[in-house]
Amino acid sequence: MDSAGDIGFVGLAASLVLVVVAFAISLRLRLRLERDLVVSVARGLVQLLIVGAALAIVIDPDTPLVWSWLWVAGIVVFAAATVKRRAPAVPGLFWIGLVANGVTAIVGFAVAFGLGIFPVRGTTLVPVAGMLIGNSMKSAIVVAQRLVEALSEQRAEVEARLALGQPWVAASRPILRGVMRTALSPQIENTKALGIVFLPGAMTGLILAGVDPLDAVLVQLALMYLILGGAATTTAVTALGVVRRLFESDHRLVALPRSTRDTG
Amino acid sequence: MCNYNRHGPSRRATGILARVPRGEPLFAFESVSVGPPEARRLHRLDARLPAGGLTVVAGPSGSGKSTLLRLCNRLEVPSQGTVRHRGEDVAGRDPLGLRREVAMVFQRPVTFAGTVLDNLREADRGCDEARGAELLERAGLAPAFLVRDASELSGGEAQRACLARALATDPHVMLMDEPTSALDAKATAVLERLARQLVADGTPVVWVSHSEEQMRRLADCVLLLADGRLDRDGSAQEVLGDG
Repeated sequence: MDSAGDIGFVGLAASLVLVVVAFAISLRLRLRLERDLVVSVARGLVQLLIVGAALAIVIDPDTPLVWSWLWVAGIVVFAAATVKRRAPAVPGLFWIGLVANGVTAIVGFAVAFGLGIFPVRGTTLVPVAGMLIGNSMKSAIVVAQRLVEALSEQRAEVEARLALGQPWVAASRPILRGVMRTALSPQIENTKALGIVFLPGAMTGLILAGVDPLDAVLVQLALMYLILGGAATTTAVTALGVVRRLFESDHRLVALPRSTRDTG
Repeated sequence: MCNYNRHGPSRRATGILARVPRGEPLFAFESVSVGPPEARRLHRLDARLPAGGLTVVAGPSGSGKSTLLRLCNRLEVPSQGTVRHRGEDVAGRDPLGLRREVAMVFQRPVTFAGTVLDNLREADRGCDEARGAELLERAGLAPAFLVRDASELSGGEAQRACLARALATDPHVMLMDEPTSALDAKATAVLERLARQLVADGTPVVWVSHSEEQMRRLADCVLLLADGRLDRDGSAQEVLGDG
């Protein structure tokens, strides 16, 4: 194969030159990041080699498609666990993340495979799910973390609204809007800057693997639109789920970290 | 002890207050505790707030004054015990309806984005300019304030705009949580006068304060808390002495 797809282990080792540079900078400037650098490089290598070996089996045309679907389910569960870990103040966030990522996967797959954009194969199911859920997970994490911070910082405004007899949905709406904008903006900016500022991963990978650039662009565009829609879906489901969990059934805001309320 | 009906209903005598049994306290706290056992903010508090007039809830920082006030409109709920509003357990009330009936002005004025009229509409969606002007007048602000950006008001103006907004739900009780702590002497005097006017119009006021001078100026009744417990209660003179 005359493409960049075959770099081999020698090529991989050569790519570590820049890591060595980073190591040297850390050492010279006493950043104390040497250990983290080594661990991250080694961990990434081992993880991806295992994933690569497993993927080779899962997406093999002779392997039943059910294994690809199980892999997708694993991605959804792992993404939910990651969201939970990054915003521990929200009770029941794992289940919110599971529903949000699950809904995103269902909607995204319905479009990607139901409308025939991609054929249903292991080689498409797993990568599409990875990109869709991976990006949605980032938005979900931002939403969950920012909502806790914003409701804590702006507790006085929320309680002023609750004291007027507003239900929790109305009392949290201005904050919810701001946080959802914050969570979705990077994805929208990424879509705007496509091809100008950066060449996104899938397209770069396909071109490096020898695919015609125009075909690579079409695949990338379809993926970006799916990712944008997926991020919006995940953001909305996570935001509503998180806000619901942060209010009691009698329309009181729960105690939150970094609360600024007066208790004199 | 304060006479619970000394300041009986006047302007609203045909409304809900007319149905209130004589002698029924505005709020009664029956063995109320708030917070986990290791960090109680109120400890088995037994206290009653009189049906009318202006009651000042006083005590040092951390004595549970604000917590007691927040129990009245269910922004806080007791871990143990019962809070009654005019004899009725507030736990059985719809919290949204209760909060519109028992309004609250907070320590720091919190205005929402938009004009003062926009702020009033957060409490009363159908508030038109005439109604807005009437609410502002009750809070001591000129009608011209309706179109002012709420974020550009001074501290005293913002607190009065918050009072007008709280009045927009047509409350039967006004809770005021140290509402003058961030205001200068002039703005404080204006807000105190407005609170007395509310009482004169038949709306009982529960005012949290830690200033003895303010208690003497304002209070018909004083409820003094210490370490989350009732220390003393009665008229300002009974509680504070002749000073």
